[in-house]
Amino acid sequence: MARRVNGISRFNVTALALGLAFLYLPIVILVIYSFNASRLVTVWGGWSLRWYAEFFNDRAMLDAAWMSLRVAAVSATLATLLGTLGAVALARGGRFRGRALFSGMLYSPLVMPEVISGLSLLLLFVALDAERGFWTVTIAHTTLTMCFVTVVVQSRLASLDRSLEEAAMDLGCDPVRAFLSVTLPLIIPAISAGWMLAFTLSLDDVVIASFTTGPGSATLPIRIYSEVRLGVKPEINAICTMVIAFIAVVIVAASFASKLSSSQGESAAPL
Amino acid sequence: MSARNIFARPARYAAIAPYLWMVLFFLVPFGFVLKISLSQTAIAQPPYLPLFEFTEGWGALKAAFAALSLDNFRLLISDNLYIATYLRSLVVAVTSTLILLLIGYPIAYGMARLPQRWQGVAMMLVIVPFWTSFLIRIYAWINILQHDGLLNKILLALHLVSVPVVWLSTDSAMYLGIVYSYLPFMILPLYATLAKLDPALLEAASDLGAAPLATFWLVTFPLSLPGVGAGVLLCFIPIVGEFVIPDLLAGSSSMMIGQTLWLEFFTNKDWPVASAAAVALLLLLVPPLLLYDRLQRRTLQGEG
Repeated sequence: MARRVNGISRFNVTALALGLAFLYLPIVILVIYSFNASRLVTVWGGWSLRWYAEFFNDRAMLDAAWMSLRVAAVSATLATLLGTLGAVALARGGRFRGRALFSGMLYSPLVMPEVISGLSLLLLFVALDAERGFWTVTIAHTTLTMCFVTVVVQSRLASLDRSLEEAAMDLGCDPVRAFLSVTLPLIIPAISAGWMLAFTLSLDDVVIASFTTGPGSATLPIRIYSEVRLGVKPEINAICTMVIAFIAVVIVAASFASKLSSSQGESAAPL
Repeated sequence: MSARNIFARPARYAAIAPYLWMVLFFLVPFGFVLKISLSQTAIAQPPYLPLFEFTEGWGALKAAFAALSLDNFRLLISDNLYIATYLRSLVVAVTSTLILLLIGYPIAYGMARLPQRWQGVAMMLVIVPFWTSFLIRIYAWINILQHDGLLNKILLALHLVSVPVVWLSTDSAMYLGIVYSYLPFMILPLYATLAKLDPALLEAASDLGAAPLATFWLVTFPLSLPGVGAGVLLCFIPIVGEFVIPDLLAGSSSMMIGQTLWLEFFTNKDWPVASAAAVALLLLLVPPLLLYDRLQRRTLQGEG
């Protein structure tokens, strides 16, 4: 019995291995070819860093990368603040008027096709006569990514033992104090994981940014996208590799955070 | 219990800022899309901006209502091109969701059967590609699929084909790209329900004499249906409106609705028709969105 339940069949291992290979091989190949010395993307000409050097001489690409990093940092921070507040209201607010609309508004952007979000936000910005550029993209990204933060933080709050907050209040804390000194320290890992998720999502987005940005303020994905439409270029491979490396660093930090939050076991002791 | 109620009140106040934000930047914009989808394309005016005059204030609202027209929707319905786009979006979304389910289920099942300490690692491995840029992952496939890319080189070296196969700008490439990009969205909810499955149920089934396959169809699969539902919706809804993947990997002969919207907006500068396409897409997505909302609320909020 135990063998069947815990043991892994050959079929299971094969499915898993093939699945992971499918997910990772293309990225590995891309990274390897970014070190290709040859100008022809498909011919291997030995190892080289020349395409990385090329990127650091490409003024337009550097500007776009800087723009993307700024948008990602600001929007992720705003999204974390708003998303955490939303999660607290949903997880601890009980029933309140407009709750269904609130949760609907927070969950649907997770699956909403980006062309719709992008177009609708642009029409709003035009109607408000807002100058399009850094802030419009930042607001758009905040709107999208705060929903992801809400989901991450809310599921952490849902798995937290409420009796801790209640004990703090029984011992004389007012609710705000109980939240700040008991709940908040426990959900900090989820909040930081939410920030990093928001950051990487913003760094990744091409569709919403295309709609909401203005002339002269393209983000890195917009630049990459317009280059990719023209075909494969070794410089793009190098840029992509750097983005992957950068995000990998962010993920390692995030996984440490989530390890701290012990998101594994649902009934894990909160302390 | 009373402590909980005291806590709930300030927690509700936390909703104010995100509530206002979402109303302003998520809900209200849909109103603008609807409004512009009903307005007429002004040919005489500069290509985009002043198709509408909201700056005139709400006093002009009445006049604006009088000017509403369904012309853009009539265009969407009467033109075969648009209907074809609509249908293609549905076909592509249904097909790729099915493929995703067929591929994702065995992987999620394999993950759930791993020893406990490996499950976390496997989950991490599935999530990581989701964190790497989506655009970059599509680009990675262009590298492989191009005319003298790795795939053709391998096929030629193995003498499986004698001339390079055209992969890019085909539907197969597009399906590959979609499946590749959305696979984590299918695997994770499936894994979440499969991992929660009580092993005692499977033991009971086999003790009662069920063959492994029968155990799967009679016990495991029905119990994993919430995960199947979540995975299917998480993939289906965004795929219907997908733009980047078909644009980069599929041929230009037939388009999906997201591409039509993009083309009307950026190339033809026809904002009213683009907005009408957005409304049409949204209408298509209302039923699955409602389902998804219910599912989310049940899984995330529990007692709600």
